[in-house]
Amino acid sequence: MKHLLEINNLVIEARTGENWKPVIKGVDLVLDRGEVLGLIGESGAGKSTLGLAAMAYTRTGCRIASGSILYGDRDLTKLSKREQRKLRGAKIAYVAQSAAASFNPAHKLIHQFAELPVQHGVMSYAEAEKKAIDLYRRLHLPDPERIGYRYPHQVSGGQLQRAMVAMAMAGDPDIIIFDEPTTALDVTTQIEVLAAIKEVIQAQQTAAIYITHDLAVVAQLADRIMVLRYGDLVEEGEARELLENPQKEYTRDLISIRSLREDKDVLARKTDAILEIKGVSAAYLPGAPVVRDIDLTITPKKTVAVVGESGSGKTTLARVVTGLLPPYEGRIVFDGQELSADLKNRDLEVLRRMQMVYQMPDVALNPRQKIRRIIGRPLEFYFGMTGKAQEERILELLDMVELPARYISRYPSELSGGEKQRICIARALAANPDLIICDEVTSALDQLVAEGILELLQELQNELGVSYLFITHDLATVKAIADEIVVMLKGRIVEQGVKREILKPPHHEYTELLLSSVPEMDPDWLDNLLEERQESTLH
Amino acid sequence: MTAIQLLKKSPASARVGMIIIVFNLLVMMLAPVIAPYPETEVVGDVWVNSSAENLLGTDQLGRDMLTRLVYGARNTITIALFITLISFTVGATCGFLAATLKGWTDQVISRMVDIIMAFPTLIFALMVLSVLGTSIPVLIVVIAILDSTRVYRLARAVAMDIEVMDFIEVARLRGEKLWWIMRREILPNAMPPLIAEFGLRFCFVFLFISALSFLGLGIQPPTADWGSMVRENAGAITFGILTPLYPAAAIAVLTIGVNLVVDWFLHQSSQLRSH
Repeated sequence: MKHLLEINNLVIEARTGENWKPVIKGVDLVLDRGEVLGLIGESGAGKSTLGLAAMAYTRTGCRIASGSILYGDRDLTKLSKREQRKLRGAKIAYVAQSAAASFNPAHKLIHQFAELPVQHGVMSYAEAEKKAIDLYRRLHLPDPERIGYRYPHQVSGGQLQRAMVAMAMAGDPDIIIFDEPTTALDVTTQIEVLAAIKEVIQAQQTAAIYITHDLAVVAQLADRIMVLRYGDLVEEGEARELLENPQKEYTRDLISIRSLREDKDVLARKTDAILEIKGVSAAYLPGAPVVRDIDLTITPKKTVAVVGESGSGKTTLARVVTGLLPPYEGRIVFDGQELSADLKNRDLEVLRRMQMVYQMPDVALNPRQKIRRIIGRPLEFYFGMTGKAQEERILELLDMVELPARYISRYPSELSGGEKQRICIARALAANPDLIICDEVTSALDQLVAEGILELLQELQNELGVSYLFITHDLATVKAIADEIVVMLKGRIVEQGVKREILKPPHHEYTELLLSSVPEMDPDWLDNLLEERQESTLH
Repeated sequence: MTAIQLLKKSPASARVGMIIIVFNLLVMMLAPVIAPYPETEVVGDVWVNSSAENLLGTDQLGRDMLTRLVYGARNTITIALFITLISFTVGATCGFLAATLKGWTDQVISRMVDIIMAFPTLIFALMVLSVLGTSIPVLIVVIAILDSTRVYRLARAVAMDIEVMDFIEVARLRGEKLWWIMRREILPNAMPPLIAEFGLRFCFVFLFISALSFLGLGIQPPTADWGSMVRENAGAITFGILTPLYPAAAIAVLTIGVNLVVDWFLHQSSQLRSH
């Protein structure tokens, strides 16, 4: 049988200065009608580049160097730009990672939906509207008749992502390329989008290429999986088989479930709390509290994880603790000493003992400062350390975060994401803190890199005895690192306690929802879950 | 990348620009050596065409045109440079302050700037200069302050973008003082757009002084200055004499030269950011 799409020995090159460097190194790919192919790998693996190549499209600065892309019996690389354009969107469509960035904020959703079919002359505007409403309904968007007449900022992230899937389906394409469509979403929202995508492409018998870094997600949708690394194919196979019986070391690493941390002695507590938050409420605007009645205690050498979806007030809580957002109610006690609410009135000593590590290492490091200065400044600022002593301490800190000494004279842009995050940790450690607030420190990183960071944090805690306030939306991270868990919803704590107890049933309703929404490697997981949830709503 | 490597990789257009700038700087510095006659000496007839004695002819009073051009470079460029430096120091400092402190500081400075900007610059300058007189220090301060409003708007906007970055928050949480945050954290990151703007503003100032001189409120005779030279000799063009075109060409060439370098710099900094 003839394949719907066939890519042969494709080489794509990217421009680096004067030279062209291959980023896809001769990959083959076939896709049949109605099949879902999962492309998986870390950032830089070339999965998006390969996905886009299925439309014969490359990003600026890239070019297709050799190989063929056969769609039916036509080689897309040989078509004129005009013919390529006619295919794109109509026969082969694309769904991008960030729907919020892909929609034009100045136009209504349905108007943007209609753009393509009207432009290509397949439908009139009125027909396109009808089709849009039909697709919105099938993607389970609320109020399908009217949601299209809203502007992108008026719907939620998950809804926007589904609206974008609808847009991709406007021209009844043969192939849809999904480029990490759920990565930017909360776990609970991710499920809705996944279920909607799965249902619609099954009903339409659309072939799809699903790009993601999360194996558990792709396990739910894909018939076949290709694992990519450094622009090369690592392994390819039927989804079930690949998950059950991976052949390559790298795939096994990706699949291996993170090890659970042993519960430490949790009895020694309350007496020697390093941080106590008592009845804290805070708001950005008067009368609209973002966090309410928060009570929380962190003991030395312990990790307290704050979990919740975006908008639950986790990060606001961190801002309150650091003094960036003074609470209007409640007290914060640090090592027995009540802290003034406002950052300006706090002692340098308090500032030193409480450090913070951020989600995006890219913007947490000044791009115009070398590593020497970034780590050296807190040493100089808090301890008056300069010259040789400072240099030695910086090298020591680099060693602690497992980075080579030569990085000292580099700029942040010369480091990878995981390395940058290690620099951020080293900068926090430079102050000899007692408490480090980690705000989603692993969510911008690839899975294996993130795991490395978690291990590092763990080791540092064992060695230095520092406490962590760990803010995250990722329950896998929580399982890996926390001693205690605090679950937040809409600015309030809904459940808190020792990890073992929180993770053990019976759960609070919301904790249950969060826990059950984390995708598992099992390919039947999504179907089973949806079935279960349906049953429980029926009863 | 070091400065030398950067220079080696510069495109032809930028090199042309650099040659023009360096040439002008040399002329400025060596004016007494290069110029064949003293700045204000009358050496011949009015509007003589180029000859062996007067390479570019003479002006409306019979002064040597080449001499006037060379000294004009000195006066015009020095004054323009001073004005730009002052306007950038004032504008950028206020802009950074407004972006970092926000609140009423921002409000007060921004509204004051709005008031100044509400008047057409040339009219405002004419008004102030006709009241205060047209000595060179007054000229420099007045134009610098008028110009700093534009710099302020840019610096504030750029700093606002940088100010929301986490590394600024890190510095705040560390307990850093305002001055450090502005100088060490914000300034280096705001540098590329500011330097690019510096080149452009330098040209604008240059043209602005020429315009003022043209109206008789800029640099006063007998001091040589390109703008006034165009004005004073403008009449000659009706007799088919090229004299007024020389200073006009000098202004145009320097403007183009500076812009070529600025373009290249803008390109460089946008590449840096995308990495």
